[in-house]
Amino acid sequence: MIFGLSFHWLGKYVSFYVEGLLMTVQLALCAVALGTIFGTLVGLMRLSRNKPLVFFATAWVDFIRGVPVILQIYIIYYGLSLNIPDFWAAVISLTVNSSAYIGETVRAGIQAVDKGQMEAARCIGMSYAKAMRLIIIPQAIKKIFPALGNEFIILIKNTSLVSIIGLHELTYLSNTIRANTYLAFEPLIITAIVYFSLTYILKKALGVIERRMSASD
Amino acid sequence: MIEVRGLKKNFGKLEVLKGIDITINKGEVVVVIGPSGSGKSTFLRCLNLLEMPTAGEIIFEGIPLTSKNVDIDKHRQKIGMVFQLFNLFHNLNVIENVAIGLIQVKGIAKKEAYIAAEKILNRVGLSDKVTAFPSQLSGGQKQRVAIARALAMNPEVMLFDEATSALDPEMVGEVLQVMRELAAEGMTMVVVTHEMGFAREVGDRVILLDSGMIIEENTPREMFTNPKNPRSKDFLSKVL
Repeated sequence: MIFGLSFHWLGKYVSFYVEGLLMTVQLALCAVALGTIFGTLVGLMRLSRNKPLVFFATAWVDFIRGVPVILQIYIIYYGLSLNIPDFWAAVISLTVNSSAYIGETVRAGIQAVDKGQMEAARCIGMSYAKAMRLIIIPQAIKKIFPALGNEFIILIKNTSLVSIIGLHELTYLSNTIRANTYLAFEPLIITAIVYFSLTYILKKALGVIERRMSASD
Repeated sequence: MIEVRGLKKNFGKLEVLKGIDITINKGEVVVVIGPSGSGKSTFLRCLNLLEMPTAGEIIFEGIPLTSKNVDIDKHRQKIGMVFQLFNLFHNLNVIENVAIGLIQVKGIAKKEAYIAAEKILNRVGLSDKVTAFPSQLSGGQKQRVAIARALAMNPEVMLFDEATSALDPEMVGEVLQVMRELAAEGMTMVVVTHEMGFAREVGDRVILLDSGMIIEENTPREMFTNPKNPRSKDFLSKVL
């Protein structure tokens, strides 16, 4: 007993946390990777000169940002009832959601690069695409990085929402522990500590990378 | 070399250029002067289509750049441009700034491109700054790198858009010196500037722009000692 809390159950259930953590990390890694790819696409589409593309990307961002994540998960899992493993349904839901937010981050980052950089690149004969790839995007990445780190942290926390479709990640399994042990506070506070450790480590790691990147300024 | 016919440019309802006709000949240094807001920079930026003309034609070496099926990237290689705010690529160091066009646009091997870039940097007096990043350079050094970047493409003509206006006074000289040397080597140049001394000394022809129109075109000597148009007289009396 610590402060009137009991942790005698922990030894028996530690494997639950390990399993949950592994699932959460897998979900987050897949969703971060795919979310970054699709988010970048959404961001570039919003900046393109092709009107239908801009319209589609803007509508996408507005809709996704205006609808609760949990509803997006329901729509993709129950509504579309895709014939795919639950894990991928969860990854798709999280990717769809983060693509909108990351898309906005990418768009803002690219727009924050001085207009003269594109002009100078075009003036030596570079195509728009080449100027984007060699000059604008490398500079935008530096500007985007801190905001992108925030999106990753939000994404990790959002993985908890896919517990509602029965994926055995941290939140789902801590609920299982709660049901089995008839204890609520203790299992949940440990889950909270695990999530916090995960996001805190990520925050620190991103900070290190950020400092390295700004070293070349 | 460059023929401008009936060039007009509007920004929304604002008419910035109201019909400009001029021919720039090979080897000539044409200096464009005029009050701020007269359309000097817009005129220059129309020459390489950084601004798309609203009407009129830009004919570069016989090719109408303004017509639809022209590959503008190909022709821009031959039209060097130097900006007021340098616009060096912040993510690249000095030699990369100069070599990137050779490597990525002209497809020259990296090694060769670097040798060529070093040569040009030597010419503008910056061989000791090869690995520096733009943020470590003074304004004058930045502008000389920008000139080297444009020269690396071996252009037929160089456009200077107030290349010394953003510089501290003590750095204006070093940039003007590079421009003077270029002119002496026979480079075709169109120079928008507030440096009247430079216009008088280096220019073959001076064009005075006011409210989007050429109000006087003259030799530097005539322009500065005996302007014909009363508005030229008025402007020059304020700046000389």
